[in-house]
Amino acid sequence: MRDFEYEAPITLAAAIELAGKHNSSARMLAGGTDLIDQVRVGRLAPDMLIDVKKIAELNVLEHSSFGLRLGAAVPCYQVYGHCGIVSDYAALADSCRIIGGVQIQSRASVGGNLCNSGPAADSIPSLIALEAVALIAGPKGRREVAVEDFCTGPGKNVLAAGELLVELKFPARVANSGSHYRRFIPRNEMDIAVVGVGASVVLNDAKDKFVSARISLGAVAPTPLFAKAAGDGLAGQPVNDDSIAKAAAAAKVIAKPITDMRGTAEFRMHITGVLVERALKAAVARAKGEHVDCKVGH
Amino acid sequence: MAKKRVVTTTLNGNQTEFLCEPRQTLLEVLRDNLDLTGTKEGCSNGNCGACTVILNGRPVDSCLVLAVEAEGATLRTIEGVATAAGLDPIQKAFLEGAALQCGICTPGFIMQSEWFLSQNPKPTEDEIRFNLAGNLCRCTGYDKIVRSVQDAATTWQDHYMKNCHEKGCH
Ligand code: FES
Ligand code: FES
Repeated sequence: MRDFEYEAPITLAAAIELAGKHNSSARMLAGGTDLIDQVRVGRLAPDMLIDVKKIAELNVLEHSSFGLRLGAAVPCYQVYGHCGIVSDYAALADSCRIIGGVQIQSRASVGGNLCNSGPAADSIPSLIALEAVALIAGPKGRREVAVEDFCTGPGKNVLAAGELLVELKFPARVANSGSHYRRFIPRNEMDIAVVGVGASVVLNDAKDKFVSARISLGAVAPTPLFAKAAGDGLAGQPVNDDSIAKAAAAAKVIAKPITDMRGTAEFRMHITGVLVERALKAAVARAKGEHVDCKVGH
Repeated sequence: MAKKRVVTTTLNGNQTEFLCEPRQTLLEVLRDNLDLTGTKEGCSNGNCGACTVILNGRPVDSCLVLAVEAEGATLRTIEGVATAAGLDPIQKAFLEGAALQCGICTPGFIMQSEWFLSQNPKPTEDEIRFNLAGNLCRCTGYDKIVRSVQDAATTWQDHYMKNCHEKGCH
C-alpha cells in the first residue's frame, strides 16, 4: 500500500490543524472500510491519514427530547444496537443493519458513508428522510448543511480542504411518525443497492391521513436525491393505495438512473416506483405502531 | 518513508508489541511480522471475511484495519481459539460436520461463528446465515457450514450460554 503518515488526535482542534497543514493530501479515517481499500487500489493517494475515532465529539450518540445527535465516527453496530434509534429513527437502523456484513458494521460509520458520498450509499436516503443536518468543522469555524445538499457528485461533497464532518443532527420525532429504508439487490445480503429508498411519514391522530412525508432515492442519480415534491404531495391526503401510488409516480419523475452491470435504467425506474410504495407502506405501519417484519437478510 | 511505530496490544491474552509502518494493515502485521499465519488473506477488500479477527470484542476484517489503529487494543485470532484442553466446540463441530475443504475460509468462519454464538447462543438458521454473510467460501458450500454452527449451538449449548452470561449480554 502507498506510504502515508498516521495521526490520531484527541481533539477536534488538533484534527483541523493537522488537516490544514496537509491540505488536500490528508484524509479522515473513521471505520476505514471504504478508505483503506481506496488507498490500497490507488483510487486515493493521501500522504496523511487522520484517525478521528479518538475525538469525543465524533463519538457522540445522544437521544433526547431535542432529537438525535450522531457523531460522525459512531459505527453501524452501535446505531442498530441503540433502542432509541430503533424505535424513533427506524430507517437509519434499517440502513445500518444492511451495510456490508457484521465485520464491516463493527467499523463502518454513518458519517463515513456520507463523506464517501457514493450514489448508492445505504445510509444517505435514511438521513435525508429523517431530516438530518451535517455539522461541519474547519479552519473557518463551523457550519451546517442539510444532508440532501451534502453530496455534489459520485464521491464528491461540500467538504472543503481542511474541513471534517463532526456529527449528524436529527430533529425530534413527532407523534404518529414512522420511517423505513429499503433497497433492491439481487442477493440476500452484502451487495450494492440497485435502487434504495428512504421514507418517513407523519400521520394525523386518527392515522388515516398524512400530515407530512419525506421520500429519498439512492442509486438513481449521481447523488442521492430528495424527492421533495413527491413527499409534499402526500400532505393532507388519505392513507391508501391510491395516494401512495401517486407519490411513487411523482418520485420517479426526478430519478435519472443509468444502465450498468447492476441494472438497466428502465429496470431501475420501475423498481424505484415499487420501492417507494413499499417503503411508504412500511413507514405508515410503523407510524401506526405496527411491527414491520424486516427479517434480517430479506 | 513514514516512521515506524511501536504498537502495544493484548493478543490472545498476551501483551504483544510490534513495530509497523502506518501503511501496514493488521492482517499484514499478523501474518508477516508476527508469523501468525492462521488468519488468511482472501480478497484484501472486505468482501470475503477470511481475515476476520476479534478487535476489542467485535469481529472485524483485519485487511481493513491499519495495524497502528490496534494500539492499546485487545485482539483475538484463530491461534487463540483452541486451548490446552483441546479444540473449541465450534472447531470440533466444523471437523465433524465436514464444513471445510481447502480450509482457507475456515479461520474466518470460526472466528465469526464463535463470536456470534457468544452473543446469540440459540440462533435461528436465518440468523446464522445473516451473521455469516460477510464470510465467503468457494469450495464447501454453505449448508455444511451453517449446519455445523447449528450443531455447535445445540451440542454445546451450556458452553455458549455460560460464556454469554459471563459477558453479561443476556
Ligand atoms: S481478506 Fe479481508 S475480507 Fe477478504
Ligand atoms: S473451504 Fe475452501 S474456501 Fe471454504
